Amino acid sequence: MKEEKIELIKDGKRLSGRGFEELRPIKIDVGVLKRADGSCYFELGNNKALAAVYGPREMHPRHFQNAKMAVVKYRYNMAPFSVDDRKRPGPDRRSQEISMVSRKALDPVILRELYPKTAIEVYVEVLQSDAGTRTAGINAASVALADAGIPMKDLVSSVAIGKIDGEVVLDLDAKEDNFGEADMPVAMIARTNTITLLQMDGRLKKEEFERGLKIAMTGCRKIYELQRAALVEKYSKSGNEE
Amino acid sequence: MYKVVVPGDCISTEVNRAGEGTYVEDGNVYALKYGVVDDRGTIKVVALSGKYMPVNGDVVVGKIAEISFPYWIVDIASPYEARLHKSEFGRGEKIDFGNMCEYLDIDDLIVAKVMNVDVMMRIDLALKNEFKMDGVGRLIEVSPTKVPRIIGRSGSMIRLLKDKCNCFIFVAKNGRIWIKGSSADMDLASQTVMKIANEAHTSGLTDRIALFLDSFKSEKGEG
Repeated sequence: MKEEKIELIKDGKRLSGRGFEELRPIKIDVGVLKRADGSCYFELGNNKALAAVYGPREMHPRHFQNAKMAVVKYRYNMAPFSVDDRKRPGPDRRSQEISMVSRKALDPVILRELYPKTAIEVYVEVLQSDAGTRTAGINAASVALADAGIPMKDLVSSVAIGKIDGEVVLDLDAKEDNFGEADMPVAMIARTNTITLLQMDGRLKKEEFERGLKIAMTGCRKIYELQRAALVEKYSKSGNEE
Repeated sequence: MYKVVVPGDCISTEVNRAGEGTYVEDGNVYALKYGVVDDRGTIKVVALSGKYMPVNGDVVVGKIAEISFPYWIVDIASPYEARLHKSEFGRGEKIDFGNMCEYLDIDDLIVAKVMNVDVMMRIDLALKNEFKMDGVGRLIEVSPTKVPRIIGRSGSMIRLLKDKCNCFIFVAKNGRIWIKGSSADMDLASQTVMKIANEAHTSGLTDRIALFLDSFKSEKGEG
C-alpha cells in the first residue's frame, strides 16, 4: 500500500502548532484512587494514563518471592477504547514488552531490599492513546509509587523524541509517530542524569541521536518539575478530604 | 506548615544528622520518601503513607488469619504475617491440634507485642495481659504513619480525645485503633481520628482538634 505523503512541518511549526522542542500540555493529579495505596492520573496532550500502586504486600504466587528484596510487578494495559480502532483487550506481545521495559526503568530508584519477600504492584491503564503512552505510564507510575510511600531514591521522568521531515523534535504525537522517520522514548532520573530507558524505532544519524538525547533530557527535567509540584501540592492544602 | 519533600529532594548537607527516611550521597542528605521534614534532632522525613513495618516491642492489634499447629497466623496490617506460639498461653494449658480454636478462633482480634523480627521477616508475637478484645466497640484502621500524630507529643492528642469523647481509645502501632464507649461518643471519636489522619501534615493540629471537639460539644448542648 502506498502511503500518502504528509507534510509534518509547516513554516517552522509542527502540525499541532508546537515548536520543535515543545512538550504537549501536561496535567498531573495525585491520589485519585481511594482503594490503591498510591495513585496518579497523568495527561500528556491527548494521552491519558492512570497508575495505581499496591504494596509492598505479600507476593503471590509464593515461589516468585525473592528472599532478599521486593519484586516489582508492572502491568501496562491499553483500554479497548484507547485507540481509533478497538484494541483487542488483554495482554499482547507489545504490552508485555512495554511492561517489562517500564519496570526496568523504575527499578533503579526503588529500594527493593527494604521489603524482602514482598511484591510492589504497579498497574498502568492507558485510557486514551496518542503516541508516547509508555512515557506517560512511567511518569504516572513514578508519582504513584511516591504517593504510596515507597522508599525511592528519586522520581523517574520520561519523554520521547523523534524525527519528522528530517528534524529532531520532542514528544511526538500520533500523526508524527505514524508518518515520521524515527521515535525514541527516554526515561531518566532527572537529578543524576541517569538514563533508565532508551529505545529506538527507526533510524537516526549519530549527530541526530546525540541532539535528540539532549532535547529529551531537557524535556525530562521539565516533567520532573511538574511531577514534583503535583506531589507537593497534594499536601499544601490543609486537610484534604479523603 | 511543614515542608513537603518528594524522593530525591536535597534536604541538607549535615550528613551526621541524617535520620529515618533519608539517604546520604556525595555529602548531601536526600529524601527517601514522600513526606514532611522534621529536623528537630536528627533530620527525618516522616512519610505520609506506607505500610506498617514491625519493630521489636511494638504493641499491635492483630487478627487471627489461620490456625496452623502450634502457631496462630496473625494478620497485623503489614506486608508480613506474624505468628503466635501456643506456649504464649502458659505451660499449664493443654493446647493441641484440636482445641486451638477454643483459645483463639479465626477472625478473633488480639492485642499483642512484637517479640522478635528476624532477617527473614518472621515475626513472633507475645500476648499482652489483657489480650483479648471482647467484641465491644469499634476498630478503625488508619495509615501507621499517622499514629504518632494521633498520640501527639507525650500523649497530648490522645489525652484530649479521651477527655472530650468520653471513650476508651487504644491506638496500636500498626494503625489499628480500638474505640469503646457509647454509640454517639464513638461516632465523634472515629470522626475526629479520621480528621487527625487527614490533616496529619499540618501544624497546630492539637489546638484545631480541641476547637473542633468544643464546637461539636456546644452544638450538641444547644440542640
